[in-house]
Amino acid sequence: MVWRNAIVLYAALTVLTGIVYPLVVTGIADVVFPHEAKGSLITSSRKVIGSEQIGQQFSDPRYFWGRPSATSPAYDGAASSGSNLGPNHPDLAKAVQERVAALRAADPWNAAAVPIDLVTASGSGLDPDVSPAGALYQAGRVARARGITEKTVRALIVRSTEGRTFGILGEPHVNVLKLNLALDLIQHPRPAEE
Amino acid sequence: MTPNAWIQIGLYVAVLLLSAKPLGAYMARVFENRPLGPMNVLRPLERLLYRIAGIDPEREMGWKAYAGAMLVFSAVGLVFVYALQRLQHVLPFNPDHLGPVSPDSSFNTSISFVTNTNWQGYGGETTMSYLSQMAALTVQNFVSAAAGIAMLIALIRGFARRSASTIGNFWSDMVRSTLYILLPLSIVLAIVLVSQGVVQTFAGHVTVTPLDPSAGQATQTLALGPAASQIAIKQLGTNGGGFFNVNSAHPFENATPLSNFLQVLSILLIAGALCYTFGRMVGDTRQGWAILAAMTVILIGFLIVAVTSEQAGNPALRRLGVDDAPSALQAGGNMEGKETRFGIINSALWASTTTAASNGSVNAMHDSFTPLGGLAAMLLLQLGEVVFGGVGSGLYGMLLLVIIAVFLAGLMVGRTPEYLGKKLDAYDMKMASLGILVMPLVVLVGTAVAVSTAAGRATIFNPGTHGFSEVLYAFSSAGNNNGSAFAGLGANNPFYNTALGLVMFAARFWIAIPVLALAGSLARKKHVPPSAGTLPTHGVTFVTLLIGVVLLVAALTFVPALALGPIAEHLTALR
Repeated sequence: MVWRNAIVLYAALTVLTGIVYPLVVTGIADVVFPHEAKGSLITSSRKVIGSEQIGQQFSDPRYFWGRPSATSPAYDGAASSGSNLGPNHPDLAKAVQERVAALRAADPWNAAAVPIDLVTASGSGLDPDVSPAGALYQAGRVARARGITEKTVRALIVRSTEGRTFGILGEPHVNVLKLNLALDLIQHPRPAEE
Repeated sequence: MTPNAWIQIGLYVAVLLLSAKPLGAYMARVFENRPLGPMNVLRPLERLLYRIAGIDPEREMGWKAYAGAMLVFSAVGLVFVYALQRLQHVLPFNPDHLGPVSPDSSFNTSISFVTNTNWQGYGGETTMSYLSQMAALTVQNFVSAAAGIAMLIALIRGFARRSASTIGNFWSDMVRSTLYILLPLSIVLAIVLVSQGVVQTFAGHVTVTPLDPSAGQATQTLALGPAASQIAIKQLGTNGGGFFNVNSAHPFENATPLSNFLQVLSILLIAGALCYTFGRMVGDTRQGWAILAAMTVILIGFLIVAVTSEQAGNPALRRLGVDDAPSALQAGGNMEGKETRFGIINSALWASTTTAASNGSVNAMHDSFTPLGGLAAMLLLQLGEVVFGGVGSGLYGMLLLVIIAVFLAGLMVGRTPEYLGKKLDAYDMKMASLGILVMPLVVLVGTAVAVSTAAGRATIFNPGTHGFSEVLYAFSSAGNNNGSAFAGLGANNPFYNTALGLVMFAARFWIAIPVLALAGSLARKKHVPPSAGTLPTHGVTFVTLLIGVVLLVAALTFVPALALGPIAEHLTALR
């Protein structure tokens, strides 16, 4: 008897919580927040160029660069991963040293210390943001590569910075993909195709 | 700690404590079967479930029948979750054509989700079809949490009832937990999470064309899925199993600081409120507040250690010309494995709450925490998941320690220990001790076996003491039904899938059965009115004693092992 109770109840609760519940949530989400439910995708000239939530790999000096990503290849949206390097793993210090050197080589005029988030891998490998400090550090390089004033670039960073929610929650951050799209817009819209 | 750290933590604790009374009082009504206002619309659904399953919800059960029903229900779940994973390639809702999950991984995952652990040896987006995520894993998120709440309610009835032979009906306790508590909260939370950017769709992967072609990637593939519905219950039910590999660090699983706040609140919400439910059902709410106070004090202590250590950063990196000072422009600190939008404070807050509760979801990689930050998380596991703990299981674990504390106090003054008007005899003490000793046994023996065998050492990722920490953390997590990890350890292999599977099984059921036996024993007892010599269990003195017992039991058991892991690593790094 107890087995019959258990099996039938389990099956019924599977239908309720495993099928009906996700379908109801999907149905409501589809109506109320369709853009967010489907991945907050950004479309530009009828091409889907990314998601507001997911970072991308940048290497062109005219673009801001995001954080190091531990996925392989970087920013693999199909298989998220952190580095899991412990704080005293020798590979961590080595990787950070190389990243500092690479940032300095790309911007030899900049003597400032490198903001920590630019040289440490994010938890997801898909972090869409850098800190405002991380963006400001790159302002000089981006301005020179684009032939515009650093003041323009800094102003754009300030405009693109999202502060703490309600002034309290989380940390100030700058969405790198959206910042780069805004950069392309203020100049004569020049897609980076060469 | 920065001023903002105090504000964020203060806000969190305030909202958590303010929710305890309304939600706790509502849950007491659910289990006392009283009218539930608007939620009464679900009554016909409840009756329908009983009718098709042939259940009489009014039929009271003794503790053995109650435990039997719980075990049979869990066994059905184990078989079902295992079978669904093995057969997912021939079942629907698999748009990305994922193959069957391996036998050892399926074994591990089915135990993991049935025991409310949600340890994940696999990467969600690359392993599980949408059907497996929903009909196997999401279902267990509900019913394993509901079973935990049911067992707690049975224990509370043991305290509340007098000269009774029964402790309630498992089926109705479980169904009511699911229908009236977990399901409505989950629907609301899931929708709010979607508004923040958490995905909820049945479409498969989407391929996009990234902005910068010179970065060498012509396309980027984004995994999607019905994530929000699963994440809502994963937090509320202290399950913790992520939809994606990196859990709530993934932007599609936890998109904004607000989604983060709501998720981290949900981790402790029900467990905290159940303290009030307990007080209400035993007829003295001060008893519930006392336990909630002890839990909160311990949590805040560990939180401060975690935030301070992570904010202090990693000295090994500071030498390399980086700026890790917290400022208005950056979170600073130890950012390896952390997300920019959450920074240090929210990552450390999450790490502390997820390990205090038996949740185990993460929004940052614990393996990359500083030695002391990682120690805070690991020791919170080793306290036995009683600081809030899992929904239901946390409070019944804490009540075992309350009994130990009352016993110790009784020894000091030479009186028979009593709690809530029940005299505690040798049988009760045996059950409480059993419930407390099983966990250290499986954790320490498991760790010892793993580090002494080649199979256990083969997949350690970090060298030296940190590698030992990875293994100790894995067994502490499994042995407390938590599910978080120092994830560098390669755990998706036959050795760890089997060993951790067995540990999770023991940790859930070898504790649940003594708890129900205790409930049966307590229910049979008469009520003894308090006398001049009765120890009050609601004042500052008792709260302090309880905190002492919780910390002491864990410290005596685990400090030697911790000395070989995070403590050694911390001291080495200081050199």
